[in-house]
Amino acid sequence: MKDDNQELVDFQILSLKYKTRLTRKFKERKKYEVPDPNQLKSVIPGTVVDIKAKKGQKLKEGDVILLLEAMKMINEIHMPFDGKIKKILVEKGQRISKNFLMVEIE
Amino acid sequence: MSLKKYILDLRKRREKVQQGGGEKAIEKQTAMGKMTARERILALLDQDSFTEYDLFVEHEARDFGMDKKQLHGDGVIIGTGTIYGAPVCVFAQDFTVAGGSLGLMHARKITKIMDHALKMRVPLIGINDSGGARIQEGVNSLAGYGEIFYRNTIASGVIPQISVILGPCAGGAVYSPALTDFVFTVDKISKMFITGPNVIKTVLGEEISMEDLGGARVHAEITGNAHFFANSEAECFDQIKKLITFIPWNNKQKAKAFPPKPPKSKAKVEDIIPSNPKNPYDVRDVIKAIVDDSDFFEIQELFAANIVIGFGRMNGETIGFVANQPLVLAGVLDTDSSDKAARFIRYCDAFNIPIITLEDMPGYLPGIDQEHAGVIRHGAKVLYAYSEATVPKITVILRKAYGGGYIAMNSRHLHADFMFAWPTAEIAVMGPEGAANIIFKKEIEEADDPEKMRQLKVQEYKEKFANPYVAAAKGYIDSVIEPDETRKMLLHALDVSVSKEDHRPEKKHGIPPF
Repeated sequence: MKDDNQELVDFQILSLKYKTRLTRKFKERKKYEVPDPNQLKSVIPGTVVDIKAKKGQKLKEGDVILLLEAMKMINEIHMPFDGKIKKILVEKGQRISKNFLMVEIE
Repeated sequence: MSLKKYILDLRKRREKVQQGGGEKAIEKQTAMGKMTARERILALLDQDSFTEYDLFVEHEARDFGMDKKQLHGDGVIIGTGTIYGAPVCVFAQDFTVAGGSLGLMHARKITKIMDHALKMRVPLIGINDSGGARIQEGVNSLAGYGEIFYRNTIASGVIPQISVILGPCAGGAVYSPALTDFVFTVDKISKMFITGPNVIKTVLGEEISMEDLGGARVHAEITGNAHFFANSEAECFDQIKKLITFIPWNNKQKAKAFPPKPPKSKAKVEDIIPSNPKNPYDVRDVIKAIVDDSDFFEIQELFAANIVIGFGRMNGETIGFVANQPLVLAGVLDTDSSDKAARFIRYCDAFNIPIITLEDMPGYLPGIDQEHAGVIRHGAKVLYAYSEATVPKITVILRKAYGGGYIAMNSRHLHADFMFAWPTAEIAVMGPEGAANIIFKKEIEEADDPEKMRQLKVQEYKEKFANPYVAAAKGYIDSVIEPDETRKMLLHALDVSVSKEDHRPEKKHGIPPF
């Protein structure tokens, strides 16, 4: 069976470097990104069914920004803290994947 | 004369039902490169050993025009047979009959053979090839799945359960294989997923092929749902037959013993290992140099290849091997390799198979992704599985045994029965470089030439601590052995542990970090 991970590479663990092969899964692992509290990302794939807020609008913590229908449920996306809508990056009716940047706030 | 009439009628009925979904459907099945359910069973079992049950079962569904449809055998074939003389119960879903869809009677046939296997205490082999629930039968179909899952769980650890994925196996149906001990897949034929490409496209707009989403390769290499990967159905059946030779019929028996054979491999064990501890080697070569006939049967070869698991024989008896693989990711423990090893250890323990652990590992894989993926709870599974196991547990430390990994890999402290170490073993709380940097931090920083001092201290630490003798002095290691003595010492250890008894406090069950 074909194996495309035969090459020996340097692999650092703590203070030592080893010669070893890597796995496909290891090579394809996702880099960690520090979450930005000003970016609202979807936690579940779904469809934006309504947008309640407008660009530039000032909202209080808990106010509804938009409605995201996912898994047969309509989820309210809330303002995480008092602030202003800087940018809305989705449209009504848009289908989005998980981790999709929906709204920027400040 | 009149009796003959009845016999002929029976034969006619049989012949008709054995046609499954009929010529056209069989042609379609063959065109997909697949064998029919009946061909599969006959290819897997010993010649003339298959005895079929419930050939004439029919469904009772009335809605959606089902009352006018006759589905031969209700889309599944069940029965008993033998593999190399060992009895097994088997079911095979027949894709030519209504796409192998699972209705109430279809499920009842499966649960009947499962009950039979459990009562008779013989292995169960399920061949899956089904479009999923028979929608027309509604909740009855779901009930059928539930009854199967329940039986998979109850039979777990009592009889070996083997799942063979030879077609689609989607939605809830995937949970039966997931609950069984070994899952076999075939390239381009096996497809397993909870939600298929169509649903993903509708919900997410993302396009992915069935093969890339849940093909054999994906499950064998990425998800770890599959234990075996084959290029053809014939190769897959050979793998199943070979597995059957290594495992017992049930949890009260031992696997069949074979005539003892010396290893075929003439390589000296000590020549396999490079002198530089940072250079890799294939730990499977060490196993092959130790086991009877150099015959090592690897499980989950492609998944988490940084740990190697599988069966071999010592003096004719089946042994489970768990070995760090320095060739891949330096042999680290991580979430996947911990999960893989822990489940295998529990399998061996459930089925009276002694475990030999070969250790050469630099520790746990550092990284944000690992920590966030729960390396703590996954890593804990290894500790749990080793501690809980009461079968003979033997460890050989080949080279590195650092930190938490040293404890996890069946150490004396988790009550290993025998601890051997090669003179090349480095048993320490961490690698010499790291340890020296911490312990001699002040000396190194204050030296005129810090780098030179660092090297000096690393060397000092290496000589004093990076060896097997500190642990041996405490009795944590029973014996420091020459690499070429390994097989001899293992055979001795296995001999001594033939009637090992080790009891645990009575409890309903433990709570392993699933």
